[in-house]
Amino acid sequence: MNRLGIVQLVLFFVYLLVQVLILRNLVLFNTAFCFLYIAFVLLLPIETNTLILMLAGFLMGFSVDIFYDSMGLHALATVLVAYLRNYWLSTITPQGGYESGSTATLAANGLQWFLVYSLPLVFLHHLVLFFVEASGFTLFWYTMLKIIASLIFTMSVMLLLQFLTPQRRRI
Amino acid sequence: MERLLNFIYEYRAFFTFLFLELVCVWLVIENNQYQSTKYFNSSNRVAAQLLGFSQGVREYFSLRAINEDLARENAELRTDLARTRIQLSESVTDTTRINQFDFVSAKVMANSTSLYKNYITINKGVVDGLAPGMAVIGDAGAVGKVKSVSSRYAVLISLLNVDEQVSGMIKRTNHFGTVRWDGADMRYTTLQFIPRHARPVVGDSVVTSGYNAVFPEGIMVGIIREAALKPEAPFWDIRVELSQDFGRLVFVEVIKSKLKNEKDSLEHLTIGEPK
Repeated sequence: MNRLGIVQLVLFFVYLLVQVLILRNLVLFNTAFCFLYIAFVLLLPIETNTLILMLAGFLMGFSVDIFYDSMGLHALATVLVAYLRNYWLSTITPQGGYESGSTATLAANGLQWFLVYSLPLVFLHHLVLFFVEASGFTLFWYTMLKIIASLIFTMSVMLLLQFLTPQRRRI
Repeated sequence: MERLLNFIYEYRAFFTFLFLELVCVWLVIENNQYQSTKYFNSSNRVAAQLLGFSQGVREYFSLRAINEDLARENAELRTDLARTRIQLSESVTDTTRINQFDFVSAKVMANSTSLYKNYITINKGVVDGLAPGMAVIGDAGAVGKVKSVSSRYAVLISLLNVDEQVSGMIKRTNHFGTVRWDGADMRYTTLQFIPRHARPVVGDSVVTSGYNAVFPEGIMVGIIREAALKPEAPFWDIRVELSQDFGRLVFVEVIKSKLKNEKDSLEHLTIGEPK
């Protein structure tokens, strides 16, 4: 458990640095953003306590906010996802339940399950993020375009990383 | 009492959630208030240095374009200098008025153009005499205002920010309005509140008006590309192409206006507290 904690701590900084140093500069067609840092919250072990999840989400969002000069914005969206994550996980439990100690990854549960799990949460994250940033619905369709484009971008990178990193079935 | 505590304990996740979200909402609202000195943004030294590193890598890809821009700006400045010398020898003798603007050159550490609220981080701060509210220009035109400063870095609110409003003027006719970004395209902004009787023409230059004393008068903003008048609308819909390319901003100049306080306090006396 302790070792796992350290691994997650290192992962936290890896996700943060990748987000602010690389992905921050990588905006496709001026509309598609990649907010990969949300994967940190999504991929934490399934049994993680909601309180710890939200705290981790808040810290991650807050740190990203510092670099994007958008105080509170990313933290808001990430805490929401962190809060809903466990409820969503228990709703979509596969037959026979999760293996104890397993992570919410593609390798452990398959592609279809992973899409059902991550797509709505990432969509919600982007929805809150962009509409709060636009502070209203005046640019509704343009904001929707940004959300959908970013959703595709973020999900693609997240899936690619899942396929590329060697995953053990159990940690 | 015990029941209440039990209730709160049972729903501790929800209450923590509520608490964290309220903190976030408060932060978002607080951040939207214009001009403040805060620590948790990219004027923070660690954040600024990291972003500067990442920007440094990006710059290698546009060195040629930057050089060309700087050379052209140099040439323009030379011409301008000559013209100003003549003007000075002819009329104004009040040195405070001649030297009312000071320029501080700064390097862009981080910049964004595709969000709705874009900010720019630069490598000059309080020790260089910067303060919130100062105007910033690039080689081709207006860039934004200083939002918050730390000792060595500052965060600017870019013209590409839906919250930013700058007093602008059509150079040919002297009608003034408000330059405000619509959040969509980084090459275009809008000029609002130009009255019906004005006759803006495609190709007219839009410059800063100097009415709020942040920007000196006549700083280039852009060129009118579309001007339309709806039948019942009180104002023109004007689309302005920005003269400054925000996509490759590397050096900017912060303008310190020495007469701003005097002008502000005079207006304050006459008109009252600004909102």
